[in-house]
Amino acid sequence: MGMTMTQKILARAAGLDKVEAGQLIEAKLDLVLGNDITTPVAITEFEKAGFTQVFDKDKIAIVLDHYTPCKDIKSAQLCKQAREFAHKHAITNFFDVGQMGVEHALLPEKGLCAPGEVIIGADSHTCTYGALGAFSTGIGSTDMAAGMATGLSWFRVPSAIKVTLTGKLQPHVSGKDVILHLIGRIGVDGALYKSIEFTGEGVSSLSMDDRFTISNMAIEAGGKNGIFPVDEKTMEYINGRVNRPCEAFQADPDAVYDSEVVIDLNTLEPTVAMPHLPENTKVVSEVAGLPIDQVVIGSCTNGRIQDMRIAAGIMKGKKVASNVRCVVIPATQEVYMQAMKEGLMEIFIQAGAAVSTPTCGPCLGGHMGCMAEGERAVSTTNRNFVGRMGHVESEIILASPAVAAASAIAGCVADPRA
Amino acid sequence: MKVYKYGANVDTDVIIPARHLNNPDPKALASHCMEDIDAQFASTVEEGDIIVAGPNFGCGSSREHAPVAIKACGVKCVIAPSFARIFYRNAINIGFPIMECAQAAEEINAGDQVSVDFATGVITDETTGKTYQAAPFPEFINGIIQSGGLLNSLKARGVAK
Repeated sequence: MGMTMTQKILARAAGLDKVEAGQLIEAKLDLVLGNDITTPVAITEFEKAGFTQVFDKDKIAIVLDHYTPCKDIKSAQLCKQAREFAHKHAITNFFDVGQMGVEHALLPEKGLCAPGEVIIGADSHTCTYGALGAFSTGIGSTDMAAGMATGLSWFRVPSAIKVTLTGKLQPHVSGKDVILHLIGRIGVDGALYKSIEFTGEGVSSLSMDDRFTISNMAIEAGGKNGIFPVDEKTMEYINGRVNRPCEAFQADPDAVYDSEVVIDLNTLEPTVAMPHLPENTKVVSEVAGLPIDQVVIGSCTNGRIQDMRIAAGIMKGKKVASNVRCVVIPATQEVYMQAMKEGLMEIFIQAGAAVSTPTCGPCLGGHMGCMAEGERAVSTTNRNFVGRMGHVESEIILASPAVAAASAIAGCVADPRA
Repeated sequence: MKVYKYGANVDTDVIIPARHLNNPDPKALASHCMEDIDAQFASTVEEGDIIVAGPNFGCGSSREHAPVAIKACGVKCVIAPSFARIFYRNAINIGFPIMECAQAAEEINAGDQVSVDFATGVITDETTGKTYQAAPFPEFINGIIQSGGLLNSLKARGVAK
């Protein structure tokens, strides 16, 4: 019986020739990540346990991105604690305001994630790096503390769902529509404890930014990770960013999967997830015209340069509807700079959108766009749970940058193809 | 030992909303626990009470603040058919008991008096007289729980400085 991509990566990291689903292993870590909410809790646990040294100062990344630039005194205290720890332990990859970006857009950009690596992060969307053929998964603060101290983490080897992609995406359809469609089909616990392994001839047509978006939301189907095979586009992306040896793993031809889902990219339509679960998906035309109050374009899911280009392409020369507040947040400084060079920021500002420095801000109802009672947003973020972006009686519709931009202009949920 | 009962997919945003994560003190987190789906929970929960819920409990964010908040409320354990995997890890790592049992999660009612035996995995609904058997933890995970959490177990093994 062969192994999946994920199983091969975990076997290598555990020093084993073979692993199988359900097996408990201890794997060597290539990177341990935390943010300004989860790192302080990890530091407290690390110090309470009496640990005094990190396993490798080059293999820890601390990114202050959630409440930053600090929204209040309490969040400033948390950042201070993380900053002092990073300095004390000479953490190489510490990203403070001015350098930081939304962590899951930033780390690949900085070359900190590579094919075949094992990465844990105290943030659920750490699964994003599966786009590069890495095994990466979200964990909690105690796991982060343990990872920082030992460079090791325990895992139950997951079984997998095979997602075969065929065909090619149509105009105004992107990676977000692929992952929302998948979550709609298998449900928010459809991949619980499992890997989602993407494969098929359709993969090659997807840009890296599409793949990051798709892997990013594997957790929204309950997945442990969401992984893509490594191809020319992956190598092109890491070329010049990653300067260390790495290994691309392919699933064995006789790898065993719990189930298979086939998605024909040709026929996918712009898809949205209605309140209050990412599995409540509809084709956008079914809900077009629904009134909205806010649009958010950004986040670890959709704050990359392709997302900015798509949104700007739709908003160029147009105005945000008078009943809508539109907030655009490029996910990293590199994305921000590139968008400026291409004139995208000018398009957003002339359209009447607010443009922000990188932050997770509104995605988790932290700052930069919290909603009041009874308000509704179209957002390119990843969760539409009750109260996620503010008041417990506000609503979030998850969508692609194309749908979000079209909705901002229309003043209601809108089909970008219309 | 009374039961609070919730549905499927209870997410970590409702267990402890992000607006309260800027203060990770367990008591502060406990005072806002579950407030977005049950405004009465934090003020009525008592030491030893139990949460029974539907599948995929604790889905969403990786925030360890979620099991920390529930534990700091004095809740004895959570019983559900399944747990989101990061919540599952976090609960074990901080030494907070969770029990996987679909039948118990379905049949136990809000307000029932329930007792649990972690050693055997037996759940007893004192109100109805029914007993249930939760899925046992693998030995490795039991070891973490016995040590009082992940970091204690690592220290005992001497794998970190």
